[in-house]
Amino acid sequence: MTTTHPTNTSTRAGTLGTNAYRPDGVAKVQGGFAFSSDMWSENMLWGATLRSPHPYAKIISIDDSAALAIDGVECVVTAQDVPGNPYYGLIMSDQPVFAAIGDTVRYCGEPIAAVAADHPETCKRALAAIKVVYEILTPVTNPQDCVSGIAPQIHPQGNVYRHQRIITGDQSIVGDVIVEGTYEIGMQDQAFLGLESALAIPDSGGEGLELYVATQWLHEDRKQIAACLNIPEDKIRLVLGGVGGAFGAREDISLQVHTCLLALKSGRPVRISYGREESFYGHVHRHPATIWMRHHADRNGKILKIESTMLFDGGAYCSTSPAVLINAITHTQGPYKCDTASVEGWAVRTNNPPCGAMRGFGVVQACFAHESQMEKLSVALGLSPVEIRLRNVMETGDRLITGQIMDSVAPVEQCIRETDAIAMPEPLLPNADIRQIPGGTGLTAQPGNIVRGVGWGVSMKNLMYSEGFDDYSTARCRMTDGVVSLKFATSEVGQGFTMLAQQIARTILGVNEVLLDTIDTQVGSAGSTSASRQTWMSGGAVKAACEKVLEDLFDHAALTFELSRDHVRIEETDIVDILSGRRIAVSEASKGVNLDRTEEYHHPPTEDLDENGQGNCHVAFAFVAHRAVVDVDVELGLVKVVQIATAQDVGRILNPISVQGQVEGGIAQGLGLAVMEEIIVKDGKVRNPSFTDYLLPTFLDAPLVEMVLIEEFEPKSPLGAKGVGEPPCISVTPAIANAIRNATGRELPRVPIRPYDICL
Amino acid sequence: MSAQELGNEIYTLRVNGQSHPVQDAWIGESLLYVLRERLGLPGAKGACEQGECGSCTVVMDSQAVCSCLVMAAAAVDTEILTVEGLGENGSLTDIQQAFLAAGGVQCGFCTPGFIVAVHHLLDSNPEPSEDQIRESLSGNICRCTGYGRILEAVKIVISKRDAS
Repeated sequence: MTTTHPTNTSTRAGTLGTNAYRPDGVAKVQGGFAFSSDMWSENMLWGATLRSPHPYAKIISIDDSAALAIDGVECVVTAQDVPGNPYYGLIMSDQPVFAAIGDTVRYCGEPIAAVAADHPETCKRALAAIKVVYEILTPVTNPQDCVSGIAPQIHPQGNVYRHQRIITGDQSIVGDVIVEGTYEIGMQDQAFLGLESALAIPDSGGEGLELYVATQWLHEDRKQIAACLNIPEDKIRLVLGGVGGAFGAREDISLQVHTCLLALKSGRPVRISYGREESFYGHVHRHPATIWMRHHADRNGKILKIESTMLFDGGAYCSTSPAVLINAITHTQGPYKCDTASVEGWAVRTNNPPCGAMRGFGVVQACFAHESQMEKLSVALGLSPVEIRLRNVMETGDRLITGQIMDSVAPVEQCIRETDAIAMPEPLLPNADIRQIPGGTGLTAQPGNIVRGVGWGVSMKNLMYSEGFDDYSTARCRMTDGVVSLKFATSEVGQGFTMLAQQIARTILGVNEVLLDTIDTQVGSAGSTSASRQTWMSGGAVKAACEKVLEDLFDHAALTFELSRDHVRIEETDIVDILSGRRIAVSEASKGVNLDRTEEYHHPPTEDLDENGQGNCHVAFAFVAHRAVVDVDVELGLVKVVQIATAQDVGRILNPISVQGQVEGGIAQGLGLAVMEEIIVKDGKVRNPSFTDYLLPTFLDAPLVEMVLIEEFEPKSPLGAKGVGEPPCISVTPAIANAIRNATGRELPRVPIRPYDICL
Repeated sequence: MSAQELGNEIYTLRVNGQSHPVQDAWIGESLLYVLRERLGLPGAKGACEQGECGSCTVVMDSQAVCSCLVMAAAAVDTEILTVEGLGENGSLTDIQQAFLAAGGVQCGFCTPGFIVAVHHLLDSNPEPSEDQIRESLSGNICRCTGYGRILEAVKIVISKRDAS
């Protein structure tokens, strides 16, 4: 890993810019860290969920009497036990807590009832004993039928989640060179390892409860839970259970309301923990999409016009489909200049599994299309993949197709040039270890059939929430007799925010020890751990709270030690009066002092798109380039990704190893989408809901990653840093696809690229 | 021990050098379930129930196994090592330290399984090549790190052990 323009000067352990240690690290390597699935309570019952085996069916009757008769079964809850809003949802409240008698189930795996019992095995028997009579209906599984209108309406709120166009510039322009294609992106699963789990503990009075849950956004969960339970929000305390990864899949409600209902009905603590198969049914996935795109360029390769239609299958319930669609269409141009565009996007409802947030959030799909197009432009114009991109790179100050002016640092050219400068890997040797060739230890590849290919992908990704949403964050900083503690509701899902929060406090306040309070709803919302936003947003809130405490400390120190109030500052762990040169240790100055500040951070406001898709809808952007080198066995269609070279625009680097880990982890997920990961859905049913059949990249699949971090302070960001979580997984997918195209000469318009796409 | 005795649902497991009586257990319970829910050893994690992800890796008689695939009652008379059995008196092993220093831990759900698997690897092959490391650990899925920092952690341990 190398970095450009390092901006950090402090080397004090644990401050910003250093490789601080994770506060949860020791517990995690020793196995003592409490994930939500490790939660346990005295007198606890186990809960489990009954799910529909049909993608679309009317419920005629539910008979739970045989289940209740089983020894050890405590209670059963169904739709009739939901005291409040029978529906929930992030954007549209359209998903039933349980499908009710007389209503329909709309996807295979939709919850119908939940049971609480003394043992997980008792739960399974109880679920098997509940008799549900269905009237099976013909599912709507082709999203195109919802656009054309021939599909029957499957929900009272209609079959279209959102239809939005972007139109700008002179539509009569015709390029010297025109390339087009129709691209498909399969349904990817977030596949976090820490399965959904929650423990609900009812109050002794039965008026409220505590819920320990692995989630991305405690306050949003609480809002939806309170509405469904018809309990005031202040009677519900949500505590973050240890989160084993998220990647978007924990942004929606899954088992939260069910667990609470069982706890309230039984009057006992209840834990629900999903298994892997249930997890595939229990959370939303990345939207499968079909994207048509046509690029017009002049003979020098300058992009003149882009036309596109995008169709996103949102599945049975809305989740974040409208926002995913907006991200996709507003990133049609990618990180390239473009004055003229005509884009039409649809996100629709079908009886397929519900889709919502996953790392990259709509931009992954758009990027696969625009980078596939750049490959075609490169071939059509006889320009190298690097040259065609360099001739179009976006810069700060450019006008986007939405009319918004790019006002983020935008080092797109530098991303490409730095990536291009990374050394290529060694050629595959004839006697290479079998673990390095396509097919690996399967011993299938013939060295003579292996062809090497190189491909490029470059992307732009918005940071934070968009379209007028004020996704603020809150943090509280206390300094009590020299001891600093921080409180926030920011979900730590593995990304390392708790570590960053400590780094911020150490740096600003000149202390070495920083305590972290419980992450729960006893402080204001932090917004969601998504959209690459927590370093910027919750980092901004922690910074603001610490700075307020520091001002208070300076007030106190100036009086107590007769320092010049206007000339004091922190240097390492001292307060220094730069006029007199006097130094007072922070530990000394803070003795007997009790300071307490809670601050919110809000990003600059954004606005909705108008009917022509015009508006300043995004807050900020980050950029990245990827170059993939692959070896392909063209006879058998096997692919080995040899190397990914990348240069990423990260703003100021706050923790180098953390950034490196985000980049490498994102690349592995993008590789998964490129060549192996897909939830296969047929007639509305998931065919591979297991880790045996849904393939994830292993250690042997992970490529060599060579990275350059482009470190340029982002003036709009509170800490100068950009979010780094999503960009790595976006353009690596088309880079790998382009490399396989380069090796095989095939169009390969779909990811994941399967062996038979290459060899048949 | 006969099947009939096992039917009494009382048996003893040897875990981390200690004997643990298991009472009132259902005979079909996996070793993973018994470790976690009956013996108070939650370090091994369940993430796939099919032996695909390695989150539940423990060492049983010098073999790394997926504890989700082992019936607990069949583990009687074996020596079982879990992540809780590593390190003396709460101290970190060199492998655990290297995971922290190299950034091999993010969400941490795969970490205990990886730690046990790396201990097993280096016990049986102290100087593995990079290809051997990758192959040996390919039964442990990590969804966060992309494996780069974990590879780095293993390399740190090997070089430090070499130096000493």
